[in-house]
Amino acid sequence: MYDRGKVIAGIIIFLALVTFPFFYKTGKANVQIEPKINTPVIEGLSEKKCVESKEFMRANHMQLLNEWRDAAVRDGQRTYVASDGKSYAISLQNTCMNCHSNKKEFCDTCHSYTGVKPYCWDCHIAPMEAKR
Amino acid sequence: MSIDRRDFIKIAGITALSGAGGFSVLDKMLGEGLIEASETATEATSKKRWGMVIDVSKFKTEEDYKKVIEACHRTHNVPDLGNPKDEIKWIWTDTFEHTFPGQETDYMAESMKHKPFLMLCNHCEKPPCVRVCPTKATFKRPDGIVMMDYHRCIGCRFCMAACPFGARSFNWKDPRPALKSVNAEYPTRTKGVVEKCNFCADRIDKGLLPACVEASNGAMLFGDLNDPDSEVRKALGSHYAIRRKNELGTRPSVYYIIGGKENA
Repeated sequence: MYDRGKVIAGIIIFLALVTFPFFYKTGKANVQIEPKINTPVIEGLSEKKCVESKEFMRANHMQLLNEWRDAAVRDGQRTYVASDGKSYAISLQNTCMNCHSNKKEFCDTCHSYTGVKPYCWDCHIAPMEAKR
Repeated sequence: MSIDRRDFIKIAGITALSGAGGFSVLDKMLGEGLIEASETATEATSKKRWGMVIDVSKFKTEEDYKKVIEACHRTHNVPDLGNPKDEIKWIWTDTFEHTFPGQETDYMAESMKHKPFLMLCNHCEKPPCVRVCPTKATFKRPDGIVMMDYHRCIGCRFCMAACPFGARSFNWKDPRPALKSVNAEYPTRTKGVVEKCNFCADRIDKGLLPACVEASNGAMLFGDLNDPDSEVRKALGSHYAIRRKNELGTRPSVYYIIGGKENA
């Protein structure tokens, strides 16, 4: 084989570059994406609870929002009775975002990390956020 | 299995008889009007059917129209793009000739000829826009309101072509920059959807009156057309009222009292 030294060195450099990200991350914890819930409205709640449990909301908020949309727009049903019996007005803008008034730190942190781009805010008005 | 001539004739005879019987059932239904009835019957009277009565004589000054239109457009974040080509309108005015085409005469009172008439979506009982919508983005609620589901609208504008009242507008551009003030409780629309008056379905569901009716100072009435004791029915029972393009058979829910109390 001609240029044996150069070829082998090249292969080693190539493999080192390709596998660098794996070695670099080994032993380190993954980035923790933690949506913030420290809004004034939530801080003022006696019991810090969304319409359903945190685990349910984390996994199923998109389905719940779809159901809410169909209930309010298509069926004219504008009250949601949660599994614990409490009722809530069905409204993204007026119910969800009343508590979660920090869209950038709540919605956007996970959505940008996972690369989802929901088109809610094309029409629905995001709450005014204080510039920091 | 083989079949002999005798059996074949028997089976053929029974088949022919049952076929004839089928036709007689259809004849009976037609005779009793069962089939036709389904095409002309109005909604069941037990259901609500929201309607509006506009007393034209109570609109006197420019200001009367303006406050109604502004109340609506402010509530629903309807932009003013300042260009008739891009115009978005939920409630607007036009002349008698354009509001009630074919009803104008040569010798009409000048005041009537040039008077602006308020127009909005008629929330027809037989809405042509709903029939043509390919995605069911526009639909009729059981209470008679013709609604838009902007989540589903693909912007094909069939409904705009179908609506004989010009009640629909298309968002050619993002409406947000053109909004003077924003009602944070109601969404805006996005580029590429058709929009129109929703009879304030969101307010009705909360038990409120439509924003225009609330702002009109009694010149517009709102209520259940199927309830003989409702305000709208009382007004319609005691005044002569007309609807826009009645002859098209879309059965609008918006009525106009032209004469008013003084000269009815």
